[in-house]
Amino acid sequence: METYMSIVIGVLFTIGTYLILSKTFLRIILGTSIIGHGVNLLMLTMGGLKKGGAPLLGFNESSLNDPLPQALLLTAIVINFATTALLLVLSYRAYKVLGTDDSEQLRDHVQQLKDSDDEQ
Amino acid sequence: MSYFYLVLATPFIFALLVPILYKKINPRVHTGWFVLLVPLVLFLYLLSYSAEVYERGAIYLSLPWIPSYDINLTVTIDGLSLIFSLLITGIGFLVVLYSIYYMSKLKEALHNFYVYILLFMGSMLGLVFSDNIFVLYVFWEVTSISSFLLIAYWFEREHSRTGALKSLLITIFGGFAMLAGFILTSIIADTYSIQEMIGKINVIQSHPFFIPAMVLILTGAFTKSAQFPFSIWLPDAMEAPTPISAYLHSATMVKAGIYLVARFTNIYGGVAEWFWLVTGVGFVTLLYGSINAVKQIDLKALLAYSTISQLGLIMCLLGLGSAALYFDAGNEGTVYAIAIFAALFHMVNHSTFKGSLFMLVGIIDHEIGTRDIRKLGGLLHVMPISFLIALTGSLAMAGLPPFNGFLSKELFFTSVLQAAEMPFFAMGTWGHILVAAAWIASVFTFVYCMIVVFKTFFGEQKTDKLKKQAHEAPIGMLIPPLILAGLVIAIFFYPDILSRYFLQPAWEAVLPSFAENPALQIEISQWHGMNREIIMTLGVVAAGIILYKTMKKWSNIYYHYPKVLTLNSIYELIVEEMEVLCLGITKRYMTGSVRDYLTYILGFIILIVGGSVLLLDGISFNMSGNSEVSFFELGLLIAIVITAFTVMFTKTRMASIIAVGGLGFLIVFIFVLFRAPDLALTQIVVETITTVLFLLCFYHLPKFKKEKTSASFKVTNVLISVGIGIVMTIVALSAYGNRLFEPISGFYKNSYEVAGAKNIVNAILVDFRGFDTMLEILVLSMAGLGVYTLIKLRLSRGKENEETK
Repeated sequence: METYMSIVIGVLFTIGTYLILSKTFLRIILGTSIIGHGVNLLMLTMGGLKKGGAPLLGFNESSLNDPLPQALLLTAIVINFATTALLLVLSYRAYKVLGTDDSEQLRDHVQQLKDSDDEQ
Repeated sequence: MSYFYLVLATPFIFALLVPILYKKINPRVHTGWFVLLVPLVLFLYLLSYSAEVYERGAIYLSLPWIPSYDINLTVTIDGLSLIFSLLITGIGFLVVLYSIYYMSKLKEALHNFYVYILLFMGSMLGLVFSDNIFVLYVFWEVTSISSFLLIAYWFEREHSRTGALKSLLITIFGGFAMLAGFILTSIIADTYSIQEMIGKINVIQSHPFFIPAMVLILTGAFTKSAQFPFSIWLPDAMEAPTPISAYLHSATMVKAGIYLVARFTNIYGGVAEWFWLVTGVGFVTLLYGSINAVKQIDLKALLAYSTISQLGLIMCLLGLGSAALYFDAGNEGTVYAIAIFAALFHMVNHSTFKGSLFMLVGIIDHEIGTRDIRKLGGLLHVMPISFLIALTGSLAMAGLPPFNGFLSKELFFTSVLQAAEMPFFAMGTWGHILVAAAWIASVFTFVYCMIVVFKTFFGEQKTDKLKKQAHEAPIGMLIPPLILAGLVIAIFFYPDILSRYFLQPAWEAVLPSFAENPALQIEISQWHGMNREIIMTLGVVAAGIILYKTMKKWSNIYYHYPKVLTLNSIYELIVEEMEVLCLGITKRYMTGSVRDYLTYILGFIILIVGGSVLLLDGISFNMSGNSEVSFFELGLLIAIVITAFTVMFTKTRMASIIAVGGLGFLIVFIFVLFRAPDLALTQIVVETITTVLFLLCFYHLPKFKKEKTSASFKVTNVLISVGIGIVMTIVALSAYGNRLFEPISGFYKNSYEVAGAKNIVNAILVDFRGFDTMLEILVLSMAGLGVYTLIKLRLSRGKENEETK
């Protein structure tokens, strides 16, 4: 199972990276989101899968799954959410102000804005 | 921890206090009075150490700093470091005292000035005491930086800025070379401690890296001590306030290179390469400095060139003295060892007379408003005390009795004459050339000393050319140079006190293998009888007077030297070319496009992670521990892959957002299957909110455009993303397959007993790693604030307001 998981992780990273390298804001954000999923699965897999029951005491399980990656992941998921939200709003804002969702055109637009400021 | 470390820390601590104090007391009290305490106390404290070192020998202390890398604040307190530290604090005291009168408390930014000075003082002390070569290097660079700050102190002047930049570029270049030399040496000797290196001289001297390491270290020393051809920064450094020129650029910082050479003589000396490099560069510098000093019209520039020449003199003495190490400890070598003594002696003397001369020039500049020799003259009657200072300093520099310069100059001649008859190191006819060079340089030294005295103080007073009415300086400005001038005379009459308590231990520190040898002793006497040295000195005086008298006739030859070939124009050419080259290279890769930068970063991840995995044989798959695969799980994985590809290939925004949401929910199932209930719950909540957020923004963001991209753009993207994917798969497999140690999770298994929680994951989050979670909440709230402000923010732009209403 771990081997299959590793391959899926690789696929998620590939797609995430490809999206990050594109120009549209939305695609970039979706890319980070997918890479986030890849990281989560990577950490979970490294700890070993299905080694025992859920890390809850009192169920008389003979062995338990590793709780540490899960604790780390919990943090990661929440932080991932925070960054995604910030990125989204940032791109929304950038689009509102600059009128483009293309990261390549962004520079020219910023330059134009600066120039118009100078004129004023 | 020894109290001695306070010596190193005090200047830095005071440097922190000065700005606070400046705000409180300026302009009622001059900040300098407060700073003055530091060098005074340190000087007295270090004096007490010198008595101890004199009686019991060197002291070694160690304070762990980065012990895991074997980098510690190891301190060597021996004669050599003490003599330097006493110069640093002693001259430092006088210079601070002088600066109180020189720097106006109303006009100048004193807090900056004294912070830089203290920074310099502390790092210079650290430099001479530290035994660990990397700690030494750090202090070395801090002295370069504080020197830069001090030269650029009047940063509104363009000359100050270019001068500062020049000194920084050259000294830091040398510093890097020295660092490389240190690294090589540490590789050879397998230690970072200078003292331990001394024990491994045989290993070092027979290693193939020996010569490269030596040349690199010497480059550092030569740049710092303004040796030819790196000397060009020193004249430009004269843009600094005069107290700084007196302190850093004549008495202390420029002697750091001397210190380094003296310190490493014992390790690298005794071979022909060291001998000829140090001696040769020293001699060229000596000649270059003294000949160029004569043509200067700015008094300070004249002193700068004279400093260059005197540093060259000390350097070549160190080179000559290293010949002693050609022999094992014994009487044969002692003859040459005298040159080392002469170097140390002249270094102290130079600090005294050159310090007083610089202060004198400061006085002239301060009271008369110019340093231009053409505008000066006839000041004898106006400034009699200053004249005394000038006379003492200049005659000492020229090497005349009854001043200390005479004694060390005689020793210099002795050393050169002895070296000229040296039967080894392929001396041959070079010996005569060395003697001739030493003599010619001394003649020119004599000539510029005459210029300082006569052109400034005799002749007609040119009042019409001056802005200010000339008058004698305030007493506070005269005291420090008078003390130095007093020392100049006192050392001549009582050289043995200095020699026995300070120079002798330093001498032994440079040549420890000779230290047990009772022959390493010297009696300095004012009169040796009518020997060759005296005849040389008389010749210098005669030729010097003739040259000075006939200067108008021959000084024109200076203007025949082509300007293109001067060191300065070569330096400017190099800097210019470098700027063009660097700009060209930088523009090629700094495109300003985020995507390009991401490509670099990701490319490097592939190279470094993938490369190291390949090189270090990190790929080892171990599938034996794999858990079994159920049909349902396999289906889930396939679904995840399909969804992910949907995100990539879909053409509409809506579909891609939904696909990402779907992906998230599929991962929830993974968490459920793999026994992670908490994760599954969190993921459901987070994924729901994220999808909602995406949809909200979707309303505002424009439709996907067909990205106009070139084929190469797409190919790079695909290559990089596939590369990242493969690397991550390999990392995942290898990380799972290789267990270097047992998981540490066993620690948390007793969470019920320790934390009273049956859910271990929760216990870890809120109890074992509670601070982590708290900070995570902080991050979350910061992101929330960011989101809120970004949405609510109204920019002042009128057009923008209409849009968001």
